[in-house]
Amino acid sequence: MLNQKIKVRDLKLWYGKFEALHGVDLDIYENEITAFIGPSGCGKSTLIKTLNRMNDLVENCRIEGTVELDGKDIYSKKVELNDLRKRVGMVFQQPNPFPKSIYDNIAFGPRTHGIKKKSDLDEIVERSLRQAAIWDEVKDYLDRNALSISGGQQQRICIARALAVEPDVLLMDEPTSALDPISTAKIEELVMELKKDYTIVMVTHNMQQASRISDRTAFFLNGDIIEQDLTRQLFTKPKEEQTENYISGRFG
Amino acid sequence: MTSKLMKILVYLSAAFTFGMLGYLVIYILINGVRFLTPSLFAWNYSTSNVSMMPALMTTLMVVAGTLLIATPIGVFTGFYLVDYANRKNPIVKAIGMATDTLAGIPSIIYGLFGMLFFVIFLDFQFSLLAGILTVTIMSLPVIIRSTEEALIATGMPIRQASYALGAGKLRTLFKVVLPVAMPGILSGVILATGRIIGETAALMFTLGTATNLPGSLFASGRTLSLHMYILSQEGRHVNEAYATAVVLLVFVLVMNALSTLVSKRLAKGGK
Repeated sequence: MLNQKIKVRDLKLWYGKFEALHGVDLDIYENEITAFIGPSGCGKSTLIKTLNRMNDLVENCRIEGTVELDGKDIYSKKVELNDLRKRVGMVFQQPNPFPKSIYDNIAFGPRTHGIKKKSDLDEIVERSLRQAAIWDEVKDYLDRNALSISGGQQQRICIARALAVEPDVLLMDEPTSALDPISTAKIEELVMELKKDYTIVMVTHNMQQASRISDRTAFFLNGDIIEQDLTRQLFTKPKEEQTENYISGRFG
Repeated sequence: MTSKLMKILVYLSAAFTFGMLGYLVIYILINGVRFLTPSLFAWNYSTSNVSMMPALMTTLMVVAGTLLIATPIGVFTGFYLVDYANRKNPIVKAIGMATDTLAGIPSIIYGLFGMLFFVIFLDFQFSLLAGILTVTIMSLPVIIRSTEEALIATGMPIRQASYALGAGKLRTLFKVVLPVAMPGILSGVILATGRIIGETAALMFTLGTATNLPGSLFASGRTLSLHMYILSQEGRHVNEAYATAVVLLVFVLVMNALSTLVSKRLAKGGK
């Protein structure tokens, strides 16, 4: 029943000499939403970036420990980086559509992975936009520049773009922090819908958001995971004092 | 009170700047247009008819030749500096410093270098090739710098988005970054073109000043500005020099209009 998707063991990460993660263990299960909470600079964004190796782009970034996806180490030399990123998609804090048409934004990923036929692309574009609950809003403007629509819509375009390559896992790094409350609500609703088909990992600054939508929550502090549990459990009966202090708003 | 004074000052400065340009253009037009006869566009230059046609064609050749060499080298250097090189590497810093220094060197020094190296040492003589190579070196820093700036301005987010979709570096750079940076790169290329068109010092002792169309890469010629300089220096064809100036002016205006048009198109299209 509960299928483990990602397994992180004793993960340490350095930016140059600074140790940002001090041996983190984490389990992420299939078709669940796992939320990372914690104050700024606690390592939650750092950890999410290791799950699709976006940290490879950061100079002087070094890791130790293992990250397994479906039981296979993603840092092994055998892993083809672009295949990994196809399987583990990512949505960023700031909506970052390409300055291209909406259609070309969505089609970029599939084209990257070799899909050329127009009819196939049309189908993927429509399916992805429907999945991201934005098809009805943009279906008549697919050739419009993706930067010309609102921020909330842009973020859903980015989600659709990530879905278009049919990933298993969707990483979301504070996807609503730059958006207004209405757009945020739409995206939360969407994320809850998406977990039927995807495994979702989401960093959030907003504890209410974590408690509203996630199944599991991991609480980060100063580069450690202090506690991880079912969200219901963690928010009502935290085991650690620091967790309780944080969720009751005593710091952070 | 002071804000009113400021306002007057600002208007005066604007009027001065605009007035200078206006005066220059009108002066050139008044003195040049009436000497702009069809015979000045004859295919051959002779002492009795100082046609500017060969010079016009030579200018186009020099511009085309230079851009053909300088654009790829400059653009690729820019890509290297922004997306491949490690910024803290001393060699990269040295390249950056070299670029800035090259941009600040007076063009006559390029001319001297070109003459000593291409014309004499490599024995190209006064030739189209020596001229093109010299102004290539001269326009490289402009293209490199503008490429660099355009690439930096595209920012990390769209690169990350592309990598996160599983696109490799080349695909990211060519399909995502390049289209966005294109207007900036193009404006650098056009700036460089402007410098080439206006150049005299670097070309005089490399391209030479032959009056007719160069028949090969190893033949000498003269560009429009060089032609104009020599006409007015000799003192016997000052009126024709003014007429040449008109053509040069139109040339530059057309270039400018074209560049605005193209970069607007590119910015809008962005497919």
